Amino acid sequence: MALATFKGGIHPPDKKELSKEKIISTTKPPKRVVIPLVQHIGAPCKLSVSVGQEVKKGEAIGTPEGFVSAPVHSSVSGKVIAIGEFPLATGRMVTSVVIENDGKEEWASLKDNPDYMKLSPDELKGKVKDAGIVGMGGAAFPAHVKLSPPKEKPVDVVILNGAECEPYLTADYRLMLERPQDVVEGLKILMRILGVNKGFIGIENNKPDAVEAMKKAASGEGNIQICALEVKYPQGAEKMLIRATVGREVPPRGLPMDVGVVVQNIGTAVAIYEAARYGKPLIERIVTVTGEGIKEPKNLMVKIGTLVSDLIEECGGLKSEVAKVVSGGPMMGFAMYSLDVPVTKGTSGVLVLPEEGVIHAEDFGPCIRCGRCIDICPMGLMPSMLSVLSERGFYEETKDYNLFDCFECGSCTYVCPSKRPIVQLIRLAKSLVKP
Amino acid sequence: MAEIKKEHQLIVSVSPHIKSEETTSRIMWSVTASLLPATIMGAYFFGPRAIFTVAISIIAAVLSEYIFQKALNRKIAVSDGSAVLTGLLLGMNLPPSVPFYIPIIGSFVAIIITKQLFGGLGFNVFNPALIGRAFLLISFPKLMTIWKEPTAAFVHLDAKTTATPLGILKEEGVAKLMEVFGDKINLYTQLFVGHRAGSIGETSAIALLIGAAFLLYRGYISWHIPASFLGTAAVIAWIFGGLSGKGGALFAGDPIVHLLSGGMLLGAFFMATDYVTCPSVKKGQILFGIGCGFLTMLIRLKGGYPEGVMFAILIINCFSPLIDRGFKTRVFGAIKETKAKEIKK
Repeated sequence: MALATFKGGIHPPDKKELSKEKIISTTKPPKRVVIPLVQHIGAPCKLSVSVGQEVKKGEAIGTPEGFVSAPVHSSVSGKVIAIGEFPLATGRMVTSVVIENDGKEEWASLKDNPDYMKLSPDELKGKVKDAGIVGMGGAAFPAHVKLSPPKEKPVDVVILNGAECEPYLTADYRLMLERPQDVVEGLKILMRILGVNKGFIGIENNKPDAVEAMKKAASGEGNIQICALEVKYPQGAEKMLIRATVGREVPPRGLPMDVGVVVQNIGTAVAIYEAARYGKPLIERIVTVTGEGIKEPKNLMVKIGTLVSDLIEECGGLKSEVAKVVSGGPMMGFAMYSLDVPVTKGTSGVLVLPEEGVIHAEDFGPCIRCGRCIDICPMGLMPSMLSVLSERGFYEETKDYNLFDCFECGSCTYVCPSKRPIVQLIRLAKSLVKP
Repeated sequence: MAEIKKEHQLIVSVSPHIKSEETTSRIMWSVTASLLPATIMGAYFFGPRAIFTVAISIIAAVLSEYIFQKALNRKIAVSDGSAVLTGLLLGMNLPPSVPFYIPIIGSFVAIIITKQLFGGLGFNVFNPALIGRAFLLISFPKLMTIWKEPTAAFVHLDAKTTATPLGILKEEGVAKLMEVFGDKINLYTQLFVGHRAGSIGETSAIALLIGAAFLLYRGYISWHIPASFLGTAAVIAWIFGGLSGKGGALFAGDPIVHLLSGGMLLGAFFMATDYVTCPSVKKGQILFGIGCGFLTMLIRLKGGYPEGVMFAILIINCFSPLIDRGFKTRVFGAIKETKAKEIKK
């Protein structure tokens, strides 16, 4: 049977073998954590602690301002030792709270409520919101916003994104293998909140054991379906995933809810389950530390705010002194200029690429119009034209080639034989013209 | 943070952080390699003189590129293989016995005028090798139409000249062609192997098909242009090819003779598929191929030249940007305008 998929896409080596066998292990408690007040798309949080204050694990240290925002909680118990501007992996400086860990792991509040499914959809949604849950696949969009579709956009399907199509990353894979039941529970909560009775879990077929594990966990649930998807990047991009699993196409510049769909990541589903059942805020996540340049690749359960340098140390350190360290996957992640940046809610992986594997971006040639990027663009764009127009300064003209429909998956740049920085040229054009 | 940390050097660059192994030069050298079987067959049938012509053509092309880039203080990009490929294609498109200055002039026109003056690799409107050849054909009509008789013996003592199959077809008709080659089976076999008069690299159908299969298998070319080009030409040859001469009739032409003679295979698989000068969108490539096939047959059957592949490709090259505009890809999620109007109603 042909696997569900979308048109276009690329087949980079998936490199998941480096870390896929590594059982999720918990990092040793960090001495201190740096917790940024912006870890999501939307308005920054308002600071609610002061220097010198004692905080407990799970205590809110930033409260949301506005609807599209999410609270931030302390991931350790201890004392606030500094508040100031610290860089994120992207280089952006944001107000962050530095907390010294007292090692006591004292929770602010945590109680088991096995009857969480009896809560009303609104109560459940409140729990998701209070837990500060955001999309954990990388975009970090506040989860409760997606769970509040306007009346004119009825939602009838929830899809969990288990594609994990970025090469190297195995965080969602391990979660599906080790805690399939929690994933299913998370999905059921999502379906209850949205009043939906169709749930799908889309998984790329290079993880057959995860497909099996999820099928087994969902065997009692008649309205949850596990979809094995073709192994192809960017299978896990929201629009591509929806196309593959339920055959609907989100209109250009539209949102999944325009076609009645809400998509959440596997990690997000587990966080939602923990929030609903235990009232546990999002203070830790799974991070895959991997790549050819790290001594011991691992899947780690990491407290939000732990520094990347601590994770590198936990994994035996870098193999060589010169390396490229990427926050996220190799296709859409950011190269970090410092390892002293914190893990945030959206950090899915830390990828260490050795120097010899780095392709230098400045060595690129002219477009030879081979059309490879056009054939593989999952959005049906003409990246070659966009890159040539942007390179020559015809920024306005890029709009004729649907500039703003590009979501920067990087497939075009991956296949380009002239090694042109197509995505970067598109980003440049986007920054210079109005939609 | 009491401990002193070893400082790391971090490389920072924009995403994506991995790239495919495909490079422009690998593509150029692969296409060059795919042309070698046909070149070797040309050397086998037309002797050392053919090798000499091809070699001169390649050397002149590379030197033209080097000197131009050096003179304009540009990055020397000779190693990307595109000049070698242009030189090789030009050489393959020349009659075996042309004087040494012919390939030199041709390569100069191809590289300097057609490619570099338009902005270099990726910016030329026309296929450089074909402009080089067109220039030569128009400037030296006599030298460019002296066809050496192929012999299987490598050393040629006496170079006889003869007419190409298409030349015979044009001047004397299909009956004469049969007379020269004996019977139909022999005609097809000779054409297939390449034992016929013609340009150095165009004669051996089997060698060209081997190279084309390699390119198709590796994904360096797709079926769209060759299939539509050859398909259109075959259909037109079949319908109108038998009209000329006495007792001509519709639907009596011989498409196989047309496909296997002249530069049809070399053109359809290796010249029309040039990335730079053909449309980039697959659907547009089909229209491009149909145009090439149609014009080729129009020239062959009605035009002043026995062969039309070269002019056909060059003329259709002009339409590539327009075709790309017309066949813009469909943006994901977008519905066609006509359909959108229906929904509105």
